[in-house]
Amino acid sequence: MLLDIITNNSITAPSEPWWKVVYDFSSLTKWVDTSLHSSMSSFWATITEMLIIGVLILLFYALVGLFLVYAERKVCAFMQNRLGPNRVGPFGIFQTIADLFKLLFKELVPIKNADGFLFNLAPFIVIIASFMAIAAIPFAKGLHAIDLNIGVLYVIAVSAMGVIGVLLAGWSSNNKYSLIGAMRSGAQIVSYELSVGLALITIVIMAGSMQLSVIVEAQRDGWFIFKGHIPAFIAFIVFLISSTAETNRGPFDLAEAESELTAGYHTEYSGIKFAFFFLAEYINMFIVASIAATVFLGGWMPFHVGYWEGFNHIMDFIPPFIWYIGKTFFVIFLMMWFKWTFPRLRIDQLLTLEWKYLLPINLVNVLIMAFIVLMGWHF
Amino acid sequence: MDKIQLGEFIKSIDQDLEIEEGKQYVEVTVPPLKLYLLAKQLRDKKEAQFDFLFCLSGVDYGQDLGVVYHLRSTIYDHTIVLKTRTSDREHPQFDSVSDIWKTADFHEREAFDLLGIRFTNHPDLRRLFLDSSWGYPLRKDYVDDINIVTK
Amino acid sequence: MEEEVKNITPDERQEYVINMGPQHPSTHGVLRLVVSLKGEIVKNIEPHIGYIHRGIEKMCESITYPQIIHLTDRMDYLSAHINNEAVCLNVEKALEVDIPDRIKVIRTIMSELTRIQSHQLWWASFGMDLGGLTCFFYGLRDREKILDIFEETCGGRMLVSYNCPGGVMYDIHPNFQKRVKDFIKYFRKILPEYDQLLSGNVIFHERSKGIGKLSLEDAISYGVTGPTGRASGFSCDVRKHEPYSAYDRITFKEILHTEGDTYSRYIARIDEMWESMNIIEQLIDNIPEGPFAVKMKPIIKLPEGEYYQRVETARGELGVYIISDGNKNPYRVKFRSPNFVNLSVFNHIVKGFKIADLVAIGGSLDLVIPDIDR
Repeated sequence: MLLDIITNNSITAPSEPWWKVVYDFSSLTKWVDTSLHSSMSSFWATITEMLIIGVLILLFYALVGLFLVYAERKVCAFMQNRLGPNRVGPFGIFQTIADLFKLLFKELVPIKNADGFLFNLAPFIVIIASFMAIAAIPFAKGLHAIDLNIGVLYVIAVSAMGVIGVLLAGWSSNNKYSLIGAMRSGAQIVSYELSVGLALITIVIMAGSMQLSVIVEAQRDGWFIFKGHIPAFIAFIVFLISSTAETNRGPFDLAEAESELTAGYHTEYSGIKFAFFFLAEYINMFIVASIAATVFLGGWMPFHVGYWEGFNHIMDFIPPFIWYIGKTFFVIFLMMWFKWTFPRLRIDQLLTLEWKYLLPINLVNVLIMAFIVLMGWHF
Repeated sequence: MDKIQLGEFIKSIDQDLEIEEGKQYVEVTVPPLKLYLLAKQLRDKKEAQFDFLFCLSGVDYGQDLGVVYHLRSTIYDHTIVLKTRTSDREHPQFDSVSDIWKTADFHEREAFDLLGIRFTNHPDLRRLFLDSSWGYPLRKDYVDDINIVTK
Repeated sequence: MEEEVKNITPDERQEYVINMGPQHPSTHGVLRLVVSLKGEIVKNIEPHIGYIHRGIEKMCESITYPQIIHLTDRMDYLSAHINNEAVCLNVEKALEVDIPDRIKVIRTIMSELTRIQSHQLWWASFGMDLGGLTCFFYGLRDREKILDIFEETCGGRMLVSYNCPGGVMYDIHPNFQKRVKDFIKYFRKILPEYDQLLSGNVIFHERSKGIGKLSLEDAISYGVTGPTGRASGFSCDVRKHEPYSAYDRITFKEILHTEGDTYSRYIARIDEMWESMNIIEQLIDNIPEGPFAVKMKPIIKLPEGEYYQRVETARGELGVYIISDGNKNPYRVKFRSPNFVNLSVFNHIVKGFKIADLVAIGGSLDLVIPDIDR
């Protein structure tokens, strides 16, 4: 039964209600594609498409970055009995824009004895890595820059590249604190990459595909976190922990640990180069939250309860993009909650947590999930 | 032990020591050469057990330089004050008690820094607050024209 | 160059030396630690102090006794009131002045309020050292309430300068008793929240239990006092051993723990806040009537002699040693400051732990740098 749903998911039912058609972006993108191809050669059409997508993603990227910084400050203030930014614009919503201008105009302090080339290169590597990962994320039906058939693998691979930038930044700054921070970050990301991968594999086993759009479609009649019994839930928790660690946030922010290493790997950076690191941190958080939302919480799929037709129709009425953003920000809120509540771990505890607890749990979890899928015990 | 018993106890260790029953604590004046031995006995003897050096102060008495040790026993809760002084203002030297009470390490470095009193056998006698070109500000003959410190 | 390399042992050559401070988020002031690392492990630390050395002891030699009080505020600024009290008690003892009960009780209540607000700030910054930034705001929120009480009665918030030889500067504000009682009622409810946020956290337990162990023998030998010493089982509470002010007429427990690690130092301070509230509750309702200050001579001259007064500040035993030659200013003043002594044990307990533990241990020693440098 389920296999049928998965394999036939691309076939739309004949009696689609109007909103499903409106909310489907694939017709829009197809129209853009065909009109471009009809007016110019296919080479230039592709180039134009790339440019449009690039500009759109860049815009989205900047907006998300600005909003997340604002959200973090507000959430943090909420946790700490404060008001947070409230002076620039209503509720301080323009505060981050003001901060952005401040960072843009700040002097880029040149560091004596720093390795100039690597020092300048590092922030770009960090930001490009997060930029590339955003391409594979499905925002809504048909709103998808590139739908790779190995989407999950691509996201893991690309987002992990940021660590190279962090290591370079720590090394080239010629600062001892930075170097310790970078080394910590290296050890941390190499370890936690395993857990992230295995947690996603648990779901890939269930979905039977690595293509993110297929994974989302497979959750049409129920999100994987509900469908996959306990193993999926465990995988979600593990993913949440290890992705927080991978983005160097929350209780795992050892790489910058301001009370120990002042600011870790970006101690020596100033102005816009610092802003790149800062922005990349938030975008990375957004990416992992998107992946969590897509893989575990059904991406842009509305919340459905079996046989509650009326309820399901109301849920369908909410646009998929809103669903996607809502789920993503729910996960982001969870991650901020961690960060502002827990004290920081020590480096050996961090590695112990990964290698002695999360990894074995994960391996067993994958086995159980494979067994469940084999026997067809899931919903 | 109360003050009288403490005085008698000190007498039993060394007859020649000058003992004064102060308003608050028993005060014993020790010549610098006998200091270390007395301190060790005060810490080790079963009936005294002065295991807590709670204050060590260097004092400039005008002619002499001295060190005052405030000792307390955490077991018997009695207190004694040891005083020692030397008239050598150029090279004042006392034995370090930092191997008897580890807290003396920092206290002696402070006394060295501010009064220029040297402590022999101290593991790490360096200036603590000030840099090495500075004088010894707590001495009474210290003059600093810039900060208008006069005699 | 070659010779230089030969002299260094292979073990030393692998050390990675970093400077923590004088500007560093977790040294809480201008303390500089030269830390030798091997990887993440701390091999040795060497404190460099003196960045805020003002020569308070030298200054005291040229000013009068009532003026000295205002300098002691600037030593341990978080126990300002208790420092003031130490000098006043010493001067009163030297002049053999009888202090009425009202003054004693007021002083005791103020001291305990000072202790609570100091521990609140410590809790706030300790949480921040461990990476729990929210603690900072919770701690400061509650501390503000005590500072408001101070402001109403003393005029000052942090450096209160409320004591003077022979009593206190002004009588307590009419609202004082009510506000203190309100605060106690409020804080009794809020203190368990501290436990929920930090003491009950698994990560916090992992970070603090068994870290930076200080044995009883070492605690006594290094002279470590205050909650830090009592966490190692060193019974060093001056309020018990040499009661001053109104401490002899109230019942309270001396908080003693035996483990001597960072966690027990933490718990000792939390317990002290509870105990301080008990002390205040015993006194707040029966402040005796009477004058708030004894009339003293306009120029205070101490009789010739030596005077030593010990008090228990929030961080340990403060000793004020005054040598008087009969003049209006002292011949020599020595402050035995608790932080100075507590700093000396730092290197001993931190060896072999990691950088993160260095920060945690430093936080649990609760150092106030101006008190170290004086």
